[in-house]
Amino acid sequence: MDKWQDNRAWFMVLPVFAIVAISAIIPLMTVVNYSVQDIFGPGQRVFVGTEWFKEVLTNSRLHDAFIRQLIFSTLVLVIEIPLGVLVALALPKRGWGVPVSLVLLALPLLIPWNVIGTIWIIFTRPDIGLFGAAINGLGISFDHTANPLDAWVTVMLMEVWHWTPLVVLLAYAGLRAIPEAYFQAARIDGASAWATFRYIQLPKMRGVLTIAVLLRFMDSFLIYAEPFVLTGGGPGNATTFLSIHLVKMAVGQFDLGPAAAFSLIYFLIVLLFSWLFYQALQNVGTGDKGGGR
Amino acid sequence: MTLRKRHIGLLIYFGVLLLPIYWMLNMSLRTNADILGGFAFVPTDPTLDNYLKIFTDPSWYSGYINSIIYVSINTVISLSVALPAAYAFSRYRFFGDKHMFFWLLTNRMAPPAVFLLPFFQLYSTFGLIDTHIAVAISHCLFNVPLAVWILEGFMSGVPREIDEMAYMDGYSFPRFFGTIFVPLIRSGIGVTAFFCFMFSWVELLLARTLTTTDAKPIAATMTRTVSATGLDWGLLAAAGVLTIVPGALVIWFVRNHMAKGFALGRV
Amino acid sequence: MARIHLDGIAHSYSPSPESDPDWALKALDQVWEHGGAYALLGPSGCGKTTLLNVISGLVTPTQGRVLFDETDVTGLATEQRNIAQVFQFPVIYDTMTVAENLAFPLRNRSVDEGTVKTRVAEVAELLDLSGDLNKRARRLTADAKQKISLGRGLVRSDVAAILFDEPLTVIDPHLKWQLRRKLKQIHERFKLTLVYVTHDQNEALTFADRVAVMQGGRILQVGTPQELFEAPVHRYVGFFIGSPGMNFLPCALDGGDAVVQGQRVPLGPDVLAAAAKRPAQAYELGVRPEFITLDGETGPRLDISVGKVEDLGNFKIVTASVGEHRLKIKAPEHQSVAPDIAAVRLRPDMVRLYADGELVG
Repeated sequence: MDKWQDNRAWFMVLPVFAIVAISAIIPLMTVVNYSVQDIFGPGQRVFVGTEWFKEVLTNSRLHDAFIRQLIFSTLVLVIEIPLGVLVALALPKRGWGVPVSLVLLALPLLIPWNVIGTIWIIFTRPDIGLFGAAINGLGISFDHTANPLDAWVTVMLMEVWHWTPLVVLLAYAGLRAIPEAYFQAARIDGASAWATFRYIQLPKMRGVLTIAVLLRFMDSFLIYAEPFVLTGGGPGNATTFLSIHLVKMAVGQFDLGPAAAFSLIYFLIVLLFSWLFYQALQNVGTGDKGGGR
Repeated sequence: MTLRKRHIGLLIYFGVLLLPIYWMLNMSLRTNADILGGFAFVPTDPTLDNYLKIFTDPSWYSGYINSIIYVSINTVISLSVALPAAYAFSRYRFFGDKHMFFWLLTNRMAPPAVFLLPFFQLYSTFGLIDTHIAVAISHCLFNVPLAVWILEGFMSGVPREIDEMAYMDGYSFPRFFGTIFVPLIRSGIGVTAFFCFMFSWVELLLARTLTTTDAKPIAATMTRTVSATGLDWGLLAAAGVLTIVPGALVIWFVRNHMAKGFALGRV
Repeated sequence: MARIHLDGIAHSYSPSPESDPDWALKALDQVWEHGGAYALLGPSGCGKTTLLNVISGLVTPTQGRVLFDETDVTGLATEQRNIAQVFQFPVIYDTMTVAENLAFPLRNRSVDEGTVKTRVAEVAELLDLSGDLNKRARRLTADAKQKISLGRGLVRSDVAAILFDEPLTVIDPHLKWQLRRKLKQIHERFKLTLVYVTHDQNEALTFADRVAVMQGGRILQVGTPQELFEAPVHRYVGFFIGSPGMNFLPCALDGGDAVVQGQRVPLGPDVLAAAAKRPAQAYELGVRPEFITLDGETGPRLDISVGKVEDLGNFKIVTASVGEHRLKIKAPEHQSVAPDIAAVRLRPDMVRLYADGELVG
């Protein structure tokens, strides 16, 4: 099953290359350009070398944002992946329930990100929100605009609500692709539900779960619109994640140089983590060294 | 017994999933005064005023039209460039193929915030600011890699003997691709279109930055109006409900493809 | 190990079956003896897999009972029936080693580790897997994986029957006979009841002591390979078994003879007696291509005209015509077939008479 060797295949890839190059390479070069210069105004710029990188790397507010981001993304993965797999296992396998479930699951994914924020403002505000009013009704004071912990809880709830369906859809796809014979064999071998999950479903889902973990990690690491609308990064800086910090820096304070340097570091961090995850997930459970598919 | 528990769990999950959306729908059917005046699970005096306002005020409804235009352009561009590329990746080995594939995927990982300013400058240079095509092309940054990735998976599931047989039967490449291959991966294309639509439709940061008035997306219209009119909750909720409608329509139309695509084990 | 008794089994996938086509399996009664090797042979969609699933417990039949020895297992789930199954493509537990795969059914049943070790070692030895015990199962070739599937059945000492669902489909042709021989060997050694589903008549005829030919949800005939070959009870069996299949020539009965296109073929007295008891719309003569000779001196004679001759290496197939009917003849490799041959001879004891598609004698 070797692929055909043919360099003319490049012609088919060329349009993709061109369009992504326009949207990625040129802007990226601009960013690199900014990151090593100090810009005072049009035509006035000074080469500053690694100055901005040093500044960014030693900035304590950025460190805080980075740690916040790490905690957030870790929580996202720890909650969403198991929950998504659990829901996927419970979904019906045939009949009218399948399209209905898929449509319902896809619904939160198709809502513009700032509208997600809006929905959750409406839902959690103590005065008009069902959730906020219910919690306060239980005698627990809850206000995501004032209390950092409440803000975190709300952002997490929103994030889990918003993105778990993606994990469910991916996991469900993985489950559906397992041939029925595996389940028959497991029954014949007397495997318990847990053993079936552990030795058949989980290993067979490895591919899609890798995609799920990567997508969820990347997108949660890049999260911007939802917390921006919901909390604006506050109260204080409690929910200021890396993207929010970056946009504040670039647009709010117009610190182009540091923002550009920060952008590059940000990009590299995402790349590095994604690569680590990818490597780890390729090898997990196979007992192989060095991976391979 | 376990069947029961499973179903109850699932019902609770879907309940939680729909509750916030329901709450917004509830809000959208009430006037602002009514919302602030009292708490109600079901609108006591439902009104369509909020929707009427959106449908009659061009600054509102043009936002929807703008969004739909650039999302459609983006989906068409993404699919048409990704189809041949995905075919190349799934069928051929060529110089730098693995690096190219990986490089494409890294663009999916780039923070849109990183590209904000350069994009603005780039499109200003070409005078493309505030056009639909600018937003559509900028969204290709993350949608094209994703489309290539998904389509490649579907195409690899089609045995290559089919290609060989078609070429032996004297099909030219375009004819084979159009009349045999594309129909074979219909479901994959449906799923890909769904994801392209979804990620373009929900993106706000780039869309807002690259537009001012003529191509302003509904999502951005909403944020502006929120701050300008001092939070008309009912109107905001109605606008939010309407942003769900196109997405819901899209899934409804591709739902069979999705079910099939999912059964193939690819997303 | 057990005798399998299918008592009035019928199955329909539709909840309220009305007409005949609704039934994937039409009512059938079968007793399969302990220690026998049975094959279910038929084209796809004939109900053979449904029947296999009824035996394994994956499908609960709409009607009838399944008995293992004297125990009614109809209501029992798969895991309680003590059967093992090998599927069309290898089912192995990817993350486990070969040894862990083989031990899995025992560990699920909380067998003590000492016994597990000895059983796994025995079975691995038997299947020539001893060298691979510590390898990842997913690294092995398809035929080794099928052996693991089989091994997971063999490790259990209480297995009543082993079911095979077209197990050689994904095996390389040159390994097929090896694996099949292994099966035979294991069968002879353990005297297990084996049920083997296939659409390939060669596999069925070489593997099984008794073959059940199925079509349209019915078992048409159960018999030894020889019985199926020499006396197919149904037109379809004659046609399906053998390559090329049996020749069928429409005929009329007149006195003691069958009349084919004006030519008389004498029939035996017991055939005539049976035919007299069974009035029918249409009669046919059935003769296997193997039992027609081009140069014979004895036996009933048929005038023919020779058409195409295909040389298939170790034999030749001659397509001839008897009036408007076609006749295939299998001729030995070295026999030259002259195009002007005008008559063939039939082996008298191998001429069968069919009435409305069913064997008369």
